[in-house]
Amino acid sequence: MTWDVYANVIIGGILTGLVYGLMALGLSVIFGVVRVVNFAHGEMMMVAMYLAVLGCGTWGIDPLWLMVPLAALLFVFGYALQSLVVHPFMTRPDHAQFMLLVAVGMILTNGALIVFGPDARGVQVDYALDSLEWGPLLIDKVRLYAALAALAVAAALFAFFRLSATGKAIRACADNYRGALVVGLDVRRLFALTFGCGTACVGAAGAMLVLLGDVTPSLGPAYTLLAFVIVIVGGLGSMAGALVAGVLIGVSEALAGLILVPSMKSMVSFGLLILVLMFRPQGLLGRSS
Amino acid sequence: MNRLFGALPARARAALLVVFVLLLAAPWIAGPYLLSVLVLALYYAYVGQAWNVMMGFAGQLSLGHALYVGLGAYVSAALYVHGGIGPWLGAPIAAAVAALAGAAIGFLAFRFGIGGVYFALLTIAFAEFTRIGFEHIDWLGGAGGLFLPVVERGRLDIVDLRGGPRLFYYLLLALAVGSLLLCRTLRTSRIGFYWLAIREDPDAARALGIDLFKYRVLAAAISAAMASVAGVVAAFYYNSLTPADSFGAAKSIEIILGPLVGGLGTLIGPILGAFVLTGLSEGLRALLDATGHQMPGATQLFYGIVLLLVIKYLPNGIWPGLARRLGLVERER
Amino acid sequence: MALLEVTGLSKSFRGLKAVDRASFSVEAGTIVALIGPNGAGKTTCFNLIAGALPPDAGTIVLDGRSLDGLSADKACHAGIGRTFQVVKPFAQLSVLDNVTVGALRVTADVGKAQRAARRVLELLHLDHKAAHPAQILTLPERKRLEVARALATGPKLLLLDEVMAGLRPTEIDEMVGVFRTLNRETGLTILLVEHVMRAVMALAHRIIVLHHGEIIAEGAPEAVVRDPAVLACYLGGAPAA
Repeated sequence: MTWDVYANVIIGGILTGLVYGLMALGLSVIFGVVRVVNFAHGEMMMVAMYLAVLGCGTWGIDPLWLMVPLAALLFVFGYALQSLVVHPFMTRPDHAQFMLLVAVGMILTNGALIVFGPDARGVQVDYALDSLEWGPLLIDKVRLYAALAALAVAAALFAFFRLSATGKAIRACADNYRGALVVGLDVRRLFALTFGCGTACVGAAGAMLVLLGDVTPSLGPAYTLLAFVIVIVGGLGSMAGALVAGVLIGVSEALAGLILVPSMKSMVSFGLLILVLMFRPQGLLGRSS
Repeated sequence: MNRLFGALPARARAALLVVFVLLLAAPWIAGPYLLSVLVLALYYAYVGQAWNVMMGFAGQLSLGHALYVGLGAYVSAALYVHGGIGPWLGAPIAAAVAALAGAAIGFLAFRFGIGGVYFALLTIAFAEFTRIGFEHIDWLGGAGGLFLPVVERGRLDIVDLRGGPRLFYYLLLALAVGSLLLCRTLRTSRIGFYWLAIREDPDAARALGIDLFKYRVLAAAISAAMASVAGVVAAFYYNSLTPADSFGAAKSIEIILGPLVGGLGTLIGPILGAFVLTGLSEGLRALLDATGHQMPGATQLFYGIVLLLVIKYLPNGIWPGLARRLGLVERER
Repeated sequence: MALLEVTGLSKSFRGLKAVDRASFSVEAGTIVALIGPNGAGKTTCFNLIAGALPPDAGTIVLDGRSLDGLSADKACHAGIGRTFQVVKPFAQLSVLDNVTVGALRVTADVGKAQRAARRVLELLHLDHKAAHPAQILTLPERKRLEVARALATGPKLLLLDEVMAGLRPTEIDEMVGVFRTLNRETGLTILLVEHVMRAVMALAHRIIVLHHGEIIAEGAPEAVVRDPAVLACYLGGAPAA
């Protein structure tokens, strides 16, 4: 194998990694502000992927355009879930919150299994096999478009948190919960908004991911774990860390698939997770406490 | 120290005796279907009791307990298939391996101060890591699975644990009762007091001279060893095992449902929860079958809904409230 | 030789000196109060002695044995019993079980530990609540439970961190009585951090005043409260040298 094989695999890994990163960004935002760990993250993404497949198959809409309505739909779902189901658990012990979201994840996975059946579903777009040639490098068009879309959504989210008044209020809640209550911020609404933003990322990422692979109901837990791995490697609550770690995981999985056996690639990310938890539990870009 | 039995009113002790006699006689009364359901319930009662030691007593949330069950299954099955070593010798070896694995994960986590959500994720990561790894070990059958030689049904061979459901029923009944007694002993001795203290407030526990690290690692090792024995029994009962079924995340969740539904940290909770859940899910399956529906995800969907409702409306599980109503106030919690 | 000998103890948090070269000693069988304005470093001092925090510099010797580098659980085995300023009951355990956990440091026999725990509960007038879960106790009861638990570990030195705060005067007097009796009858040595001067004056044989991490006065209670440096630090002026 020559270097250009590696270069192509690495570029593919970076592009896929950006989409992973967007999904993980959602988890990171939710944890960073609401302090709830969304154990149903991948399951929500799986549902978003099915909706993208359905939308594409029924109306023939390009999944990249479906990104917008799916993000909106998942936002509403996340908002409702946080304010109706999760919020009453804010004062409960951690494990109760975990188990609550594990239950939500089980319901989503098996609901999808009953509705869609166990078989893999995918979409066909006419540019599926197109690629850009740049010297010896071949860049898949779908991957490139998906990655650019992921960057755009992530940038919009950054801008929302940095620039808008609501975004600033949300960050104030994250920094000082009691202080936010004292100055009269509607914490319940802000938390629900944040949860919605997090799940909106998942909706957008799901629309992109159907371009890169098929969806089955059992995909949920695997993506939840992937999101955790990325977020912990990047640092729980760090937005930039999620994107960087997404790329890191994307590249290392792609390389592992090339050097080892493809089916062993997620072992590399779990190995990475274990190492990071041991030696740098705050993550690569996380703030040390 | 007669917390559980001695302090019970005579009426309750009589009821307990009736339940026990019924359980002993069940294989001779129940048909094959009901027997298989009872085997399943006892299995979850036992493995739930094992998980409860770690979470209910010591307060460490393991979401990867399938790792230890799977290790027990694979170690004993591999010893039997490849080495001709029977389960009675295989089980202690499997338990030792699992205890070592539990202690090693506990050692790593607790030495580096990993707690809460990070610990839960670490346990999932180790279980998934092992699952994928085992899928690539051809000697253990890879992803396709490992199979134990099957003998004709009805032949009873206690030495190699070859036999029908009755054999496994009694085996699991013995394990469920044995684990109940073991957990009761642990709970009422120093180690149990220390575990509960650590669960309730680690800083305060430390100030009272409790070595947190030592007792947490002990909980992980004991819980893992107990769980692995369930794997041994399952391997010889089903005669086949795959990495996905043995170490999968769904398995880990099934293990913890019983204690959560029955009552976390109580002795009766895991048993009660296992019987309630198994009964309900079998009832649901029978209902779906009767109405001609085939739904592969129905049981799991049902578990998800039950879990959601229990966590929301019965945060302490069924048992504490039931015990109060029956006038047997259990003070574990 | 003193029971507790603290020499040159220092601890900083992000450059802020919480305890600065503090040296003092506590004689066996005495009750010593550590007082000072808020943020003077009293609780940090306790945490250092009890092994909850590692000191930057200095030595702590208890009964001739160095506590250097000992974690909180080892410090307990060495003979330090402590309470927490913000009480930390084992909420779901019964009051008796809470104290039994402490008594299990002395014996591995649960039956013996429970008998010992009952005696301590009687001493602190909590025996009637023995079977109740700790979470239903009132604040004064929780404070007493905190003391009972620490006492049950059989300490050589009892560290009390503001156990009087939030109590009514009659409850304070009752607590003072308990500690006096303990000290007189068992010779228990007590080091207390306290803001409630009513309790300090009634209990302490000696007072140490800490200000900005440094010891600014030390001696008999009557002398210390008249010390101009002490008055200055409490009234907010610069300490007169």
